[in-house]
Amino acid sequence: MRWTASRRPPPALLAAGGLAGLLVLVPIGWTGWLATGVGAEDAAALLFRPLVGELLLNTLALIAATALVTGMVATATAWCVERTDLPGPRVWSALAVVPLAVPAFMSSFAWVSLSPAFQDFGGALLVVSASYFPLVYLPVAAALRSMDPALEETARGLGLGAWRCFFRVVLPQLRPALLGGVLLVALNTLTEFGAFALLRFRTFTTEIFAIYRTSYDGSEAALFGMVLVLLCLLCLALEARVRGTARYARVARGAPRRGTLLPLGRLKLPVLAGFVVLALVTVGVPIGMILYWLTQQSSAATTAAGASLSAVTQATWATLQLGLGGAVLTMLLALPLGFLAVRYDGRLIAGLERTAYLAQGLPGIVVALSMVSLTITLFRPLYQTSVLLMLVYAVLFLPLALVGVRSAFGQVSRGLDEASRIAGLGWFATFCRVLLPLAGPGVAAAAALVFVSVVTELTATLLMAPIGTRTLAVQVWANTSTLAFAAAAPYAALMMLLSMLAAWVLARSSGVR
Amino acid sequence: MPLTPIRRIALGLTALGVAISLGGISEMPANAWAADAPALTLYAAQHEQVIDMLAEAFTKQTGIKVLAHQGEGPDIANQLIQEGKTSPADVYFTENSPELMLLDEKKLFAPVNPATLGAVPRQDSGPSGNWVGVLARENVLAFNPALIKETALPASLLDLAAPAWKGKLAIAPSDGDFLPLVSAVLVEKGHDATLAWLKGLKANAAVFDDDEGVVAAVDRGAAATGIINSYYWARLLTEQGAEKTHAQIYHFGHGDVGALVNISGAAVLASSKHKEAAQQFLAFLVAAPTQAMLAKSDVDFEYPLAPGVAANPQMKPFAELQPPAISLSKLGDDRAAAKLLREAGLI
Repeated sequence: MRWTASRRPPPALLAAGGLAGLLVLVPIGWTGWLATGVGAEDAAALLFRPLVGELLLNTLALIAATALVTGMVATATAWCVERTDLPGPRVWSALAVVPLAVPAFMSSFAWVSLSPAFQDFGGALLVVSASYFPLVYLPVAAALRSMDPALEETARGLGLGAWRCFFRVVLPQLRPALLGGVLLVALNTLTEFGAFALLRFRTFTTEIFAIYRTSYDGSEAALFGMVLVLLCLLCLALEARVRGTARYARVARGAPRRGTLLPLGRLKLPVLAGFVVLALVTVGVPIGMILYWLTQQSSAATTAAGASLSAVTQATWATLQLGLGGAVLTMLLALPLGFLAVRYDGRLIAGLERTAYLAQGLPGIVVALSMVSLTITLFRPLYQTSVLLMLVYAVLFLPLALVGVRSAFGQVSRGLDEASRIAGLGWFATFCRVLLPLAGPGVAAAAALVFVSVVTELTATLLMAPIGTRTLAVQVWANTSTLAFAAAAPYAALMMLLSMLAAWVLARSSGVR
Repeated sequence: MPLTPIRRIALGLTALGVAISLGGISEMPANAWAADAPALTLYAAQHEQVIDMLAEAFTKQTGIKVLAHQGEGPDIANQLIQEGKTSPADVYFTENSPELMLLDEKKLFAPVNPATLGAVPRQDSGPSGNWVGVLARENVLAFNPALIKETALPASLLDLAAPAWKGKLAIAPSDGDFLPLVSAVLVEKGHDATLAWLKGLKANAAVFDDDEGVVAAVDRGAAATGIINSYYWARLLTEQGAEKTHAQIYHFGHGDVGALVNISGAAVLASSKHKEAAQQFLAFLVAAPTQAMLAKSDVDFEYPLAPGVAANPQMKPFAELQPPAISLSKLGDDRAAAKLLREAGLI
């Protein structure tokens, strides 16, 4: 008899999972409550005015352009890497992932410090496209790799040229991966704050911050926050639909093997040059500019405020504390939920899991503003503490942790914990002594991913860091927004180092060479 | 079961994380409330580098640690209102007087020591004596000589709303420094004219998040002119050097509203638990050596209010400015201005 399907989940576990779900719903609920403070007439006047239209247009135009650029570049590069005889495919596919460790606001620091001319639509497009292009590249490359080349070979054999084969056979199969990736890009562009603020490009999210700064009352920012949340949830719902429905049925699975590689021939050099340019834009400029400004410490550029050693050490320490604390707290919430989702069934659990994933659509600025306001009114002991900030990180990065935890648990055979239960261990002992050790590397990878995300998080940290605490990200922000690029460089370099280190742990523990 | 290297790392990291975060938690309130070393909690809407410099010098002088919480004037003011009597703040230090007027109306301040008030001209501090003026900043028009001749610049700030200026202007309505300017126009011209002026600006101007953005846009030629505090131009000049800086500044004259001088001031919170240290900090802010340090720093580009202290040499001498005759109490708080900005669709 299978105990998992029939056994009801232990109440303690359910409570722990419920807590995680609740934590995600609290900021949405409180923002909604605050927004109702505006009053219907004022709300209508605030929402239906030309400025909102302009911002919406600004934001949507940027999203459309970014989606187009990342979609095309990612598909073209993934296809070249996976399907042609491009030299050094391993190097290129590794380089394509690096931007994930460089937060968008740091690339905008790099570009803005290179030239202020990037402070417009073109600059914003460049920076977010370069930062988010891996989000499309990774799923598309994975889809290409798992595609049965027999289909393409048949098409070619029936007389289709390389181009027509791509558009009529390959592209339709890529559609779910491509659309899913592009929607993730859209979601990130919608909630991005730091990069656009530094680029002086106004979107819905930066406007929420502007409203918050110039208002003596938080309800107006909450109203706009609710609109942003709705837009994000729309993206999320679309993405779920694209992922869920688009299947291309085949009778047999076929063998996903590496097909014959298309020779690039005379195009080899231009294509290689294109890849070099791409690497320069996505990786070279951000890292290069940080290194450049590091060497400029003594020049006139630092007069506004040099970075003292003690300030750098303090910021690093604060970042480490928040990063590790945030990662631990996030994992504590994700583990019970992941365990429930993998080992128990039921509508309640499915609902809880879906609720946790909702957090993907919660912009940092909305969560931060609502938690500040909530604790100031109802939970004063938590107000302005690092614990509260870690809780906000936990909300923001719960989906990330949950994906990792789920897949790690999913790889452990159910038979093993059934055996453990039969041997008389309770669910908690089974969890601690069987599941956790076996899923260890995967769980560690998820924690490392959360750590990277916390270290590079800006918006919530900026609004919620306890009095006197300044993290690396906050220091990069404060200095860059006042044009003190050289002063920002040591903080930026350390932040990059920390997140690369964690990425390395991640790569090691998930078995990537 | 043997621990693989990865597991060891993961375990170690987890243990370290728990230890550190617990450490962080237990250390937190101790920092703020330890009886033996009273730390001063400063809510600051001034530039971070200025605050850092001041805090460091103050700690060196008195041994009192300063914990700073940073933000924009109105949002910190709103935070103080929400926190009310239980606010952890001891001192509020901001760039513009209207926020101070507002909090004073809400009875959140304690009276400033008379000696501190006496260190600066009386008209530059709060009429109630509950906050003290520390520094002054001048509103100017930044312009790019490659795009517009100085002789073509308008006599008054109000002219910039005329259709002739369409596409030639940059503004930052969500910067805390813009609100007092709107309040000043409101004092001089009244509600309807101010709204019409703002709507004119809206039609003419490219909008940026802050004054730094405006002056950078003028400098690179993306806008011919921009309304800023002279602070940001001097900052840009210092950062880039004179040979690389294209933007220049134009001073409105003859008491035009555009030449408004904003007062940056500070107050002790009535709820402060460290009033003595807080008063000490205010006295430190207006003391001549502190003001001279700021003026010489090339970090802060404001006019010292203490008599006899010379301003940064990059700036036009204070005595030569021709600001409008609007008293601080007439300028009032910014709430009406904030509302007008929304009505005009600028925020």
